[in-house]
Amino acid sequence: MVAFNLPLNSRIGQGKTFKAPAGAKRVREFKIYRWSPDDGKNPRTDTYEIDLDACGPMVLDALIKIKNEVDPTLTFRRSCREGICGSCAMNIDGRNTLACLKPIEDVNGAVKISPLPHMPVVKDLVPDLTQIYTQYRSVKPWMQADTPAPPDGERLQSKEERAKLDGMWECILCFCCSTACPSYWWNGDRYLGPAVLLAAYRWIADSRDEATGQRLDELEDPFKLYRCHTIMNCTDTCPKGLNPAKAIGAIKQLIVERQR
Amino acid sequence: MSETPNLDILRSPLGRVRGLGSAHAGSAHWWAQRLTATALVPLTLWFIYSVMRFSTASHQAVHDWLSSPIPLVLMLALVAITFHHLQLGLQVVIEDYVHEEPAKTASLVLSKTLCWLLALVCVVSVLKIGF
Repeated sequence: MVAFNLPLNSRIGQGKTFKAPAGAKRVREFKIYRWSPDDGKNPRTDTYEIDLDACGPMVLDALIKIKNEVDPTLTFRRSCREGICGSCAMNIDGRNTLACLKPIEDVNGAVKISPLPHMPVVKDLVPDLTQIYTQYRSVKPWMQADTPAPPDGERLQSKEERAKLDGMWECILCFCCSTACPSYWWNGDRYLGPAVLLAAYRWIADSRDEATGQRLDELEDPFKLYRCHTIMNCTDTCPKGLNPAKAIGAIKQLIVERQR
Repeated sequence: MSETPNLDILRSPLGRVRGLGSAHAGSAHWWAQRLTATALVPLTLWFIYSVMRFSTASHQAVHDWLSSPIPLVLMLALVAITFHHLQLGLQVVIEDYVHEEPAKTASLVLSKTLCWLLALVCVVSVLKIGF
């Protein structure tokens, strides 16, 4: 059965508190999930008091400040700091989002931060994304065409054909959506999840791709595709404002359509 | 029965993700769930309306009503579609939450059997009143 309680070695305890420097006026607490594979201890929540007057506006700014000035052991992924790389996806204030796009001011009270839900944790805020990257690979997210490309240029699309890819090419694979999906929590080993299905539909909808049928064949499965129960957490949480649920609905429609 | 792939810890991630491959099924189930749900909207409203209409009526009045073809057919359709929809929905819930293979198969068989039996009980009851 599905486990509704955390296993004993995953229960989160109270950690250390790092006080704000004396004289700090605008102090905000950051309560951050900590776990290290090296010490054999349970995860804990450490509290960091940060002076917002000496910190950038985004949650990622605060994390970088903590790592640079308060506690260098804090571990998290980050790269572009402008919502393009998808590295800093994490759960902030109960919602999956990108730390670099989340203003601290949007959070009331203490800022609670934990890794993307229901993924194995490598350390602190770093989840193990091996499985989900492999699922992405399994839908062959590249163009498949038997017709050779024109020798004198690229494969052409009309403006209308190209417009069908809008709302899909923008996905940065941060996996906020998949890790917000209860179906992916319970059946992530078999269900592909919203991010990967959005990527799959991006190629199904591409007028230059010639493998639509095989792609639909591969997806037509009670678990790979039909574990989506239109819960819509994916669309609700996407930090890029995309709509994976709509893409999944379109895949289901196409599969019914080709039977008639 | 084959081992579930996620137990093979030394298997490559791609091998695990590909698992037993696509079942090439599920669309009929999904489509049936939508169709039965749509059909149940008018049928259930009609059923509630009828029950309210006959709430104080005698057995004879209900018998007379149910022995005419349209109410009888609608009532039998309501029973068949309700239990078909129930069975489809229970199957999804069980597949979502029960992961051990023997327990899953047993729950699926049990839920389908119960739905069939209850549907038959209802069909026989309706026919007994109608005839």
